[in-house]
Amino acid sequence: MNTADNQQQEQQTSAGFSPLGWLTGMCQRIGATLLGFLAAVGRLATFAAQGIYHCFTPPFYPRLLWRQVVDIGYYSLPVVGMTALFTGMVLALQSYTGFSRFSAEGAVATVVVLSVTRELAPVLAGLMVAGRIGASIAAEIGTMRVTEQIDALTTLSTNPFKYLIAPRLIAGTLMLPLLVLIADVIGVYGGYIVGVYKLEFVSENYIHRTWEFLTADDVVSGLWKAAAFGFIVTLMGCYHGFNSQRGAQGVGAATTNAVVSASILILIANYFLTQLFFAGK
Amino acid sequence: MTQAAKKLELRDVRKSFGANHVLRGVNISVEKGKSLVVIGGSGTGKSVMIKSVLGIVSPDSGSILVDGQETTGLRGKERDALMRKFGMLFQGGALFDSLQIWENVAFGLIQGKGVSRKDAYDVAIEKLRAVGLPSRVAKLLPAELSGGMQKRVGLARAIATNPEIIFFDEPTTGLDPIMADVINDLIIETSKGLGATALSITHDMHSARKIADDIAMIYKGEIIWHGKAADIDHSGNPYVEQFIKGSAEGPIKMEI
Repeated sequence: MNTADNQQQEQQTSAGFSPLGWLTGMCQRIGATLLGFLAAVGRLATFAAQGIYHCFTPPFYPRLLWRQVVDIGYYSLPVVGMTALFTGMVLALQSYTGFSRFSAEGAVATVVVLSVTRELAPVLAGLMVAGRIGASIAAEIGTMRVTEQIDALTTLSTNPFKYLIAPRLIAGTLMLPLLVLIADVIGVYGGYIVGVYKLEFVSENYIHRTWEFLTADDVVSGLWKAAAFGFIVTLMGCYHGFNSQRGAQGVGAATTNAVVSASILILIANYFLTQLFFAGK
Repeated sequence: MTQAAKKLELRDVRKSFGANHVLRGVNISVEKGKSLVVIGGSGTGKSVMIKSVLGIVSPDSGSILVDGQETTGLRGKERDALMRKFGMLFQGGALFDSLQIWENVAFGLIQGKGVSRKDAYDVAIEKLRAVGLPSRVAKLLPAELSGGMQKRVGLARAIATNPEIIFFDEPTTGLDPIMADVINDLIIETSKGLGATALSITHDMHSARKIADDIAMIYKGEIIWHGKAADIDHSGNPYVEQFIKGSAEGPIKMEI
């Protein structure tokens, strides 16, 4: 740095504020944040690619896969079922009070079934499973990381990706569509209960209006979404747990990050998937 | 030491994590069937050294030779074949807490060698007996055992596949003196029984003297002394002397 630069810097320092310095610092911070973000995306993409690769290459662990299927599928049923039931009931009430303002009460059944199958069942089931399963996967794998159990797997000639990650990814991707299918039925039934027993619709009419405008695409698109959300939830749980930092605080942070990132990614993915399925329809 | 006699050799192994240079050129070798103990304080690179050999950490440069064969960069089936030569006792046991004790012991047999669960169970019971545990603990979960018993299970798991090289990471840390001595005896008994080569890392000098044929000291990522266990008390190295005396005075300054 020459003398003129030094003098300029001194003047700026004495003035207490340097626009150039502030701008440089700002650019550095933005650059560092951007680089950090890109690096994190790269790490996650590499992790996901490795996880998918190991889902399709032997050895396979059917016993572990079954355990995850039961844990993710069966044990999530109560929470997903309750969510769907009350969502369907509230939806019927809300749409009735809204639609009655312009005498369109007859559309309640159609609104309930389309909303539940296309949006609410997959998204709410995904979010509930993110809370239940994403957190538990991150905590379990994170604890295994900090207690060296993952290192122990490696020393026992067992690939941690095949043993820990692949069964969870497969189970999550397969089980969430099944959960959503059940949630569809329960959610629609919740709407039916409110419609028939509280809003005094005729049962046959309500059922007829439920089926009238429902297409296979409505249900199937919800199931594809559910598969994507199941993958996201288990991937984020595995990724954050696998990269957990030392100690209880590290595992706690991994759990929080798994749930938050899975929830946000579900909402973002939901928009793009909806656009993909229903664009131009 | 001839090349043929060396079971394990590290040549100029270096590893950094960012600006933290953990291993700064480690050179060390272990003779076949011998027990080498690497001593050193916390943060000197002991664990990273052992994890580099196990392939858990990839060294930045240098060679790691097992039976004269280069092992850095091995992948897939070649890595699996190498790993089957190894057994490892982790500092905290690292038992799989969702599996029963016998499943932990037999894990390497079932997953690594494809042994049937029934046969693996019999071997697990035999190995549990070898480390002084009764067969009734086989169906328990790790959380139901004391720290000393968990360490024994970890040892049983490390020897279950009859490995050629066994690594011991701080084998006596966290144990009372009597249990620590029991573990030391078991390490000697099981290693010699298998004819295995042993590489241990510890800062417990009592343990090091008991289980080592050779002792080396690592300091700031480099091996600064290597000799026979019997020579440790007259090493002539001020760092080793300070360490074995456990003195605060000397060339090793603790960063507080």
